[in-house]
Amino acid sequence: MMPLEHLLGIAFVLFSIGAAGVMVRRNLIVVLMSIELMLNATNLAFVGVSRALGDNAGHVMVMMIFVVAAVEVAIGMAIVVNMYRQRDSISVDVFGTMRG
Amino acid sequence: MHAHEGAWLLGVIIALPLLGAIFNGLLGPRLREQVVTAAGVGSVALAAVLSWVCFFQLLGESAHDRALQLTLFEWIHVGTFEVDFSLWLDPLSAVMLLIITNVGALIHLYSVGYMKGDPGYWRYFSYLNLFIFAMLCLVLGENLVVLFLGWEGVGLCSYLLIGFWYENKDFAKAGKKAFITNRVGDFGFALGMMLLFSLFGTLEPAAINGALAEGLPVGVKPIYIEVAALALFVGATGKSAQIPLFVWLPDAMAGPTPVSALIHAATMVTAGVYMIARLNGVFFHAEFASHTVLVIGAATALFAATIGLVQNDIKKVLAYSTVSQLGFMFVAMGAGAWAVGVFHLMTHAFFKACLFLGSGSVILAMHHEQDMRFYGGLKKFMPKTYWTFLAATLAIAGIVPFAGFFSKDEILWYSFASERGSTIVYVVVLAAAFCTAFYMFRIMHMTFWGEHRGLPAGHGHGHGHDDGAAHDDHEHGDAHDHDAHGHGHGGDPQESPWTMTVPLIVLGVLSLIGGLVGIPHVLGNMLGHIPNYFHDWLHPVFEHSSVHVQPAYHHNTGLELGMMVGSLAVAGLSIGLTFLLWGGGKDKLYDFFEAKLPWLHARLWHKWHVDELYELTIIGPIVWFSREVLWRIVDEVIIDGIVNGVGAFCKQVADGLGRLQNGDVGNYATVMVGGMLLLLLCLAGYGLW
Repeated sequence: MMPLEHLLGIAFVLFSIGAAGVMVRRNLIVVLMSIELMLNATNLAFVGVSRALGDNAGHVMVMMIFVVAAVEVAIGMAIVVNMYRQRDSISVDVFGTMRG
Repeated sequence: MHAHEGAWLLGVIIALPLLGAIFNGLLGPRLREQVVTAAGVGSVALAAVLSWVCFFQLLGESAHDRALQLTLFEWIHVGTFEVDFSLWLDPLSAVMLLIITNVGALIHLYSVGYMKGDPGYWRYFSYLNLFIFAMLCLVLGENLVVLFLGWEGVGLCSYLLIGFWYENKDFAKAGKKAFITNRVGDFGFALGMMLLFSLFGTLEPAAINGALAEGLPVGVKPIYIEVAALALFVGATGKSAQIPLFVWLPDAMAGPTPVSALIHAATMVTAGVYMIARLNGVFFHAEFASHTVLVIGAATALFAATIGLVQNDIKKVLAYSTVSQLGFMFVAMGAGAWAVGVFHLMTHAFFKACLFLGSGSVILAMHHEQDMRFYGGLKKFMPKTYWTFLAATLAIAGIVPFAGFFSKDEILWYSFASERGSTIVYVVVLAAAFCTAFYMFRIMHMTFWGEHRGLPAGHGHGHGHDDGAAHDDHEHGDAHDHDAHGHGHGGDPQESPWTMTVPLIVLGVLSLIGGLVGIPHVLGNMLGHIPNYFHDWLHPVFEHSSVHVQPAYHHNTGLELGMMVGSLAVAGLSIGLTFLLWGGGKDKLYDFFEAKLPWLHARLWHKWHVDELYELTIIGPIVWFSREVLWRIVDEVIIDGIVNGVGAFCKQVADGLGRLQNGDVGNYATVMVGGMLLLLLCLAGYGLW
């Protein structure tokens, strides 16, 4: 039996890697993947805490986050494909046209 | 108060002109002239018929039950201060109601002919209907707030109609002058109203008069009543064109002539007289204020009449005549002869409306030329206009048995014999009556009698009016009216269409017989106990405020009759003088004053320099202050500085913040994560996490 602290530690590390990826990477697909990483870090924390507390509500949250993640990937990839068709690039820098 | 079944009629009477105004105002430009006419004239004519119904309802009651009351809606309810939009018809307001709707309907009908073909036809009728509505609010309002609403409303309509031909800058200026001068008076009126409320806790004239019926209530010092009455009188001097605020009325002649007849002669300008009659209890207890009214009225009567002696513009003469006649009414009010003042108000409405409409008929026939030096001999071209004008002239000159004789002689009598009267006032008013007969017959000589002089060739462009004031109708006339009326230049002047002559004839007949409802007791007794219907009708309104005749003159029939004969003689003398000057012979010196009394003529021609005096002492300094201080410093430096400063500050801040939005998604994410961490830290700091 793994202690809860380890589980939360892994979740924290995964989340941080994901957040760093969103912040620093230019490739949109990598950014999307990083978001995916962050969502799953949250899932891990939910499952762990849920089990530790003996409360099933956390599992329900995980199911919902899966659905949200799937939808996000579907729509995100569609956007990426269309962006590539328009601009021949999937770098986030190309789309900074709305700066003030 | 007695609730009468017919009171709802009051609501209909007041709503009809308002609906007419809204209808024509909103839809007018898309309607044909006939439809505008039907709505404009029809609404007022119907109101006139209904007002007779109301009148007969009152007549059917016993003298002290004559009142109709109608509350339309609750208007202002704040704490204990309650004002309803309610109407109140008593014998006094019934007289006003009949004058306004009936004379109003006649003048509306007249306007159909006068304004035919004007591009602003619909606008004109919309304003005129709105005026009738406001004037009805003024006379029917049960409390002073509704009265004040009407008071301001008629001021607005007056402004709109004076500046009706607003393309002419002088006309627009005349409208502004009227409006601003009236503001000065309205300020006094509002002060008086507030003072009355603080004294009596109510704004209903009936309640105020009731509280004063048995003498001054406890705790109300006479000085307060005096101040309130004086403040109200300031309002009256503005609206009714008395010294010192009379300057706007002569310029108000810039408006179409029917407007001059309706608003600036028959109805609106008498509002001040009506207001004093309405608040007779207040003025009854304000001895000093009443003396002020008396003196101002007498001074105005003579002052304006002298100016009228030399004017060559027919409407100007009539305008000064109106100011002068209003002075007569105020003399009656100051002398405490309330019913007499209202009686003169009524007869004046008849004959002065007739005179103005007659002058309009002449002006139209003369292609909008208003200078009487180009008239002459119009009797044979315009017989209907001539005879009605003559009837009204005899009425205003006070020739028996025309309407003005009865009302004016009673004013003369009370200015002398009333407890508040005096010999000096009597002499001044008599002198004014002398001038009145003189300038009116001067008009007759210059306009209708003698040879027709006619317009010079090239009329309308070259010849100058030397006073340069805002009365010149030419520009407009040449621009819009001539072709529409189908007159050709050069032909003989023609009589006006029936829409214009019918009102003239009705008013001319009223000028002849309108005075018979108020035959003074002294004459009535002599002719076999004819009662003074008019005084008996108004008696319940004024019974608690009667100012008595001085004991020495009480029942002094000989003296009263003698004074009547005396004033007739004065008028006759004046008329005789005009015939002496301009009656026979070919070589008529119409500019008699200019030739023989140049100094006096110059003073009179420039209206005793009152306009210049105001320009120098009031308008000039205000304009200078506005330009040099309010504009150059307050506006340009302070206000513009604040406004521009706020703008510049916002722009600076926005420029700074705009840099944050650089379009770099990674950057946004970084800030977001940073913010989240900051929040977490804060929570940790507060021990919540």
